[in-house]
Parts: sequence; structure tokens; C-alpha cells
Amino acid sequence: MISELIEKIQHAAAHGQTLAIRGSGSKAFYGGEPQGATLDVAAHRGIVDYAPSELVLTARAGTPLSEIEKLLREHNQMLAFEPPYFGSHATLGGCIASGLSGPRRPYSGAVRDFVLGVGMLDGRGQQLKFGGQVMKNVAGYDVSRLMSGSLGTLGVLLDVSLKVLPLPAAALSLRFAYDIQTAIRRMNAWSGQALPLSATCWQDGQLTIRLEGTQRAIQAAREKFGGELVADGMTFWRDIREQRAAFFLSPLPLWRLSVPSTADALMLPASKLASSQLIEWGGALRWLHSDAAPGKIRNAAAAADGQATLFRGGDKRSGVFHPLPPALLAIQQRIKHNFDPHEIFNPRRLFQKF
Amino acid sequence: MNANFLDLLRNVLPKHALLVEPEDLHPYECDGLSVYRQLPLAVCLPETEAQVQQVLIICHRHGVPVVARGAGTGLSGGALPLVNGVILSLARFKQIIAIDAEARTARLQPGVRNLAISEAAARYGLYYAPDPSSQIACTIGGNVAENSGGVHCLKYGLTVHNLLRLRVITIDGEILEIGNEALDSAGYDLLALLTGSEGMLAIITEVTVKLLAKPERAQVILAAFDDVQKAGQAVGDIISAGIIPAGLEMMDTLAIQAAEDFVHAGYPRDAAAILLCELDGLNEEVSEQMLQLHDILKRSGATSLRTAVDEAERLKFWAGRKAAFPAVGRLSPDYYCMDGTIPRRQLPQVLQRISELSVEYGLRVANVFHAGDGNLHPLILYDANIPGELKRTEEFGGKILELCVAVGGTITGEHGVGIEKIDQMCGQFSAPELALFHGIKQAWDEARLLNPGKAVPALHRCAELGAMHVHGGQLKHPDLPRF
Repeated sequence: MISELIEKIQHAAAHGQTLAIRGSGSKAFYGGEPQGATLDVAAHRGIVDYAPSELVLTARAGTPLSEIEKLLREHNQMLAFEPPYFGSHATLGGCIASGLSGPRRPYSGAVRDFVLGVGMLDGRGQQLKFGGQVMKNVAGYDVSRLMSGSLGTLGVLLDVSLKVLPLPAAALSLRFAYDIQTAIRRMNAWSGQALPLSATCWQDGQLTIRLEGTQRAIQAAREKFGGELVADGMTFWRDIREQRAAFFLSPLPLWRLSVPSTADALMLPASKLASSQLIEWGGALRWLHSDAAPGKIRNAAAAADGQATLFRGGDKRSGVFHPLPPALLAIQQRIKHNFDPHEIFNPRRLFQKF
Repeated sequence: MNANFLDLLRNVLPKHALLVEPEDLHPYECDGLSVYRQLPLAVCLPETEAQVQQVLIICHRHGVPVVARGAGTGLSGGALPLVNGVILSLARFKQIIAIDAEARTARLQPGVRNLAISEAAARYGLYYAPDPSSQIACTIGGNVAENSGGVHCLKYGLTVHNLLRLRVITIDGEILEIGNEALDSAGYDLLALLTGSEGMLAIITEVTVKLLAKPERAQVILAAFDDVQKAGQAVGDIISAGIIPAGLEMMDTLAIQAAEDFVHAGYPRDAAAILLCELDGLNEEVSEQMLQLHDILKRSGATSLRTAVDEAERLKFWAGRKAAFPAVGRLSPDYYCMDGTIPRRQLPQVLQRISELSVEYGLRVANVFHAGDGNLHPLILYDANIPGELKRTEEFGGKILELCVAVGGTITGEHGVGIEKIDQMCGQFSAPELALFHGIKQAWDEARLLNPGKAVPALHRCAELGAMHVHGGQLKHPDLPRF
């Protein structure tokens, strides 16, 4: 399998072709439109190594996330960054390449925080390994974390080693009626205290939070918090993570605004849109359905020291990701060139120019 | 050229911020790895970002290498001067610019000491998690350059997990903001790439870190074992039971005795190994897990268990561990601190091999181990005054690092490659991987002026060493002597 992939890469390099790396296609909607011949990597699958007492799992990039999470659950462990699937066949490779994390992200860390090592093919068809299967490793530049969120533009992931964590013994979710401004203040205040918070979501006047930990700890915390118990918390958070909740069903383009958690309710282009925001990550992630001009939405995010991504739908011609300052873009372009000198992989998926 | 070059530096720096006389340069001739020494051409101690920028522009124009330096506590020679280069000390950048208690962030100049961050955040009930053992002296800029760890990494992560934003200047004087106070930003994760880059890519002028809420309670247990293997097994059992300790440290007999004699921490001098296991979190959570932990340690054969009864005893237990390096230093004129990481399950095999090598080389070794995350610090005892002993020590150390790579680990967990482990990099990475590292450096620093010769070996250097890249856990030609 690997030698076939190498052949295809070298062929593409020799013939000036481009390749669209594909696992299950669950995240094909994200980033610039896939272009070029499909390089299917889903068949390169299987869990290579997993020792629960090491808290490390290594799997091939085509391995379905569901297979990994099922095995981890059997050993009372988890991928703590709670990856969104966006499709039942979502693969590990796509999870790393998209760099997307779920509701637990501000409390446990992002995908990139759990990546320990990768095996990959670069644009010359060279098989390379970076990082490893250990928690602490400062030999060489941290290339494995660089892969997270690179949308396949630097190379083909072959295998990935991840740090995993124990499943919390217990969880419960609580709900409070708060306006947007109160919710933002509360989420930040709670994060500054020793509380077992593991997810937060505000929408339409309701703040929902999740507590996780040992049974007695979350019961004690529940008494401190008050609020109303949410009957099926697991479904609620899954629907937020997978964007199946009613909020996400709007036909308007979906924007993802990444801002400092303390940013006030954003001044968005049309005032009626104030009600079409959903806030996650303790205030640091704000989803917005809007057909306002992209420039206006980006300005609103920038005014709050944040960035806006056109996450789903809309017109991608004006760019998906927040534009970078020229000097920073130039460094990114040189890094891309270092990994993929013939510009084979996933052209314009991450940047407009390359 | 030198006089002209120094005049240009004089034009942009205050008089006291440029050192050129040998007696002034001597304090900068080495970092924490003092076996390597070199006087630089000059030391620059700029006081403003604009001065840093000017120094870099001048060095760039004249092709003079620049070695950044924080407190100089690094243990791998990363801040070792270059004979034809300048030391760019960030020591004057000591200001805590702002602490935002609501957002739980601290904006810092790079010369702020690690411990000073937590001290300043304490009034808000917050702290900065990474705590390298040099935390009273080491600076946050140096922590970023090395991706420093400490004893709480398993639960709270390394420097890379606790950063939000860096402000840096490239060698050609461009000021860049990397990351932001949100949780992610567009493009490649340059924040991760810069963390641990050992001053090879850019010069840091500002760091924004995350602060965490102080845990409600912390409690430590001291477990003694009559056998190192049993202690190693206990570590796996604790983690398999779903407990993530805030700290989980192991020490072997020699380290225990040295620490006990030095600080009287209450360690059992006759134990083959001790584990220090600290739990923190909510009061109820710690209570529940302490019961569980007791059971696990008993079942795994601990010969004695002591829970610190109060905060004073907790700090005393830790004082022994934190003083382990200087304590071992009292046993011998010199010691050499290694820093490999291994998959934890390989611990018995690795310790066995280290003790064999210890006999082979006739050099004693004390082992101190961040057991939770597999980071091993063997301390080799030697006497630099005995001709040839340092060379034998370095050779022994090199063998330990090769061993770490061979069992699936790495040559450095938290101290960095610097100049010290540059040859072992040839063993851990293949030529194409090293070439890719060089390419990354050139994406930032085309003229290769920032800390050149450190962290990533030149390919010809590896070729001269004789292709010792380890493949699939197997050294090529394992029968051949190395170096």
C-alpha cells in the first residue's frame, strides 16, 4: 500500500499533476474545494499499537475513528479532544489533517495537543517519521503537531500516535437561563475556578454545561452550580459536536469565529443575527449563520482580536480561512514548499495561493 | 570588519548593553552544560524590542551568527556561544506586561522567570503549570525555546500546551505575531513549530501563556519498593486504573540516599526505588482517588506507604525530589545529566542495561525518572580531573541515548538537543528527515544565522559518524562500536 502511494506521488511529481488526498471524504466540505486526482488512503488502516497503561495509541491514517474510539472505550479511555466525525466513516487521518476538536477542547486540549508522532510521505515520495510514541520529545522541530490542521497540504499521513486519557467516571449536564453577556461572563469566571467543567454551550438564552470527574466530585460541584439537570446530556453534546442540533440546520453559510473567550457579544453585520449565534468553548468559539458579506464578518471577528472561517456553504472564492499578514504567509509558503516542492498535495485547500 | 561591526552595534545599543571585553564575556561562555565553553565575539543586552530588531538587522547584514540566551540554565548547550557570533541576551526583558484574570492569561516579556509567573498569578487563584526544576531561575523565553517540561507534564502538559501567542522577530528584522488569544488561528501551527525550536527560527520578544485555576487540594503519597521492577509496574497499574496523577516520580537507591542525606526528606534509605505520586483536583475527587491509589500501591508490592499529613510534609517529600540533582552532585566531583524518554513499559529493560553499562564503564549512575511520562534522567557520576573520564562519561551517555531510541523512545524529553546531543540526532533521524528540518530552518532564516550548528546536525556530520540511523528499533551493524 505504501509503495503504491509513493509511486502515485512520484508520478504526479514527474507529470506536474495534483492530488486530492481522501480518507472517507467526511471533511471534504471544509477548506478550499478538493482539486486534482483523488489519492485514496482509506485502505491504509488498522490499529498498530495500543497499550492502555502507556496512554498511547498508534493507528494508520485510514483507520475509522469509530474503530479507535470503540477500542479505547473498552479500556475506559478516550480521545480527550472529542473529535467531530461529520460522517460515520471519518478516519484518523482526516481528523488530524482537519485539526478540528469538539466540546472538550478548552478544558482538555485540541487535536494538536494530543499528537505525539506521525509517519508520512512528503511531496518527493519520501517516507518520514517525526515525533514518536512518548509524551515528551524535543528532538528536532515539532513536525507532527504541524500536521494537525494542515489539511493534507504538507504530505500524506501514514500513521499517527496519539496520547489518550481515561474516560471520566461520571458526567452530568446542567442548564441555566442566561442572556449572552451573562453567559460569557459566567463561562470565564467558572474556568478560573477549580471546577470539573468539560464543555459549555450557549444558544438562544440557554447556557448548557457539562461536568465530568469522579461521581462524588461532580455531585459536589452540582450543588455549587445549581441549574437544571439536562436529561440526555450525551445526545446534546454529540449533536453540538456533529452539528446536528437545530441551530446548525439553517441554510445560510456557517461561519466559525475563533475569538478570545472574554470577547463581548460580537457586533455582527445585521442585528437580527444576534439570535443566530451559538457559543462554545467557554466563549472562545462562536458559530454564526449569516449571508452578510465575508469582509464584514471577518472585520467583526478581527475587531474582537479573533478570526473568521467560512466553515460550511457560502462562496469560497473570497477565501475560506482568515487572511494572514504577508510576512507570515511567506513563511507558510516556504514551509509548504519544503514539504511539497512540486505543489502536488491538496492545492488551495488551506491557502488561496498555493 | 569586527571594529566596524561592533561600531554599528554601539550605534543602536546603550553603552552598558554591549559587552566586548573578555572579562565581561566570561559569564556568557557557557550555559547549564558547562563542559562546553566558548567566548563570543560580543554580548548584546538590548532593553527594547526596537534594539533587538536593530541588532538582528545588523547581524543579518554582516552575516554574523546570533545565539539567543535567557537565564543560561539550559542543559544541552543550546546557548553555547559561537566564536564568530554574538550572544543576544533577553535578560533585561523582565516585565510581566499584563495578567488578565478573567481570560486567565499572562502577557510576558521573554526574560520573566518561570516561577515569577505563578507568583504574580497567585493573587487571582491562578498559576502557570509547567514547572521545570530550574523554575526559580529559568525564563519563559528559554522555556519556549526548549519546550520545557517539569514534574506535572502528564496531567498539565509541556510548554507547548500552555502557550497562546508569541511575538517574534526574524533574523531580517520582521516582527511577527504567532497565534492569538483565541484557541486557534489560520494556517499552519507555527506556535507549535516555534516551541522547542532552540533559538533556530526567530527571536522571541513577548510570550502570552495560559494560566490555570489552582487545584482545590493536592496530596502526595510516598511509596517504597524493594525492587525497581515492582515500582515500574505500579506506575502502569495506577495509570491503567484511570488515575492521572499531577506528579509521578521515581528515584532509585543511589538517588534516594543522596537526596535523603542532603535534605532529610524522610525517604527510606534502604528502598530499591521510591515513587512519589501526587493527586490534585477537587477535594472529593482527591479523597476518592487516594483510596484507590493506596489499594493499587499495596497490591503492586509497596513495602511502605506514607501519605503526607500536611502541606509542610508534602513540600518536604517534594524537596527531596527537587534537590535530587544537586544531592547527587555531592556524591561526586561532577555529574552528567541525561534526558532520554522511553515507552514506560521498557523501563525494567532500560534500567537493567544502564546498570550493565555502569559496570562496563566503571561509572556510577543515579536514576531519577519522571515516571508518569517516561522521561528518564540518569545522572552519571564522574571526575573531570581524571584524564579521559569526561570522554568515557559522554560515550556512556551516548549509549544510553541510543538505547532510548532503540526501545522506541527519544534522545531528549525536555532538555533539548543543543550541541550536546547533536550526534545522537543522526541516530534518531534519517538523512531526508534531517534535510526537512534544515528546510524548515531556511523557511525562517535563509542565511542560517540563528544559532547555527545547534539542534539539527549537518548531513555531512552524520555521514562522517557513519550512518547510525536506527531502523525499526534495530541499529545497523549492532556489533560495531559507536563513535
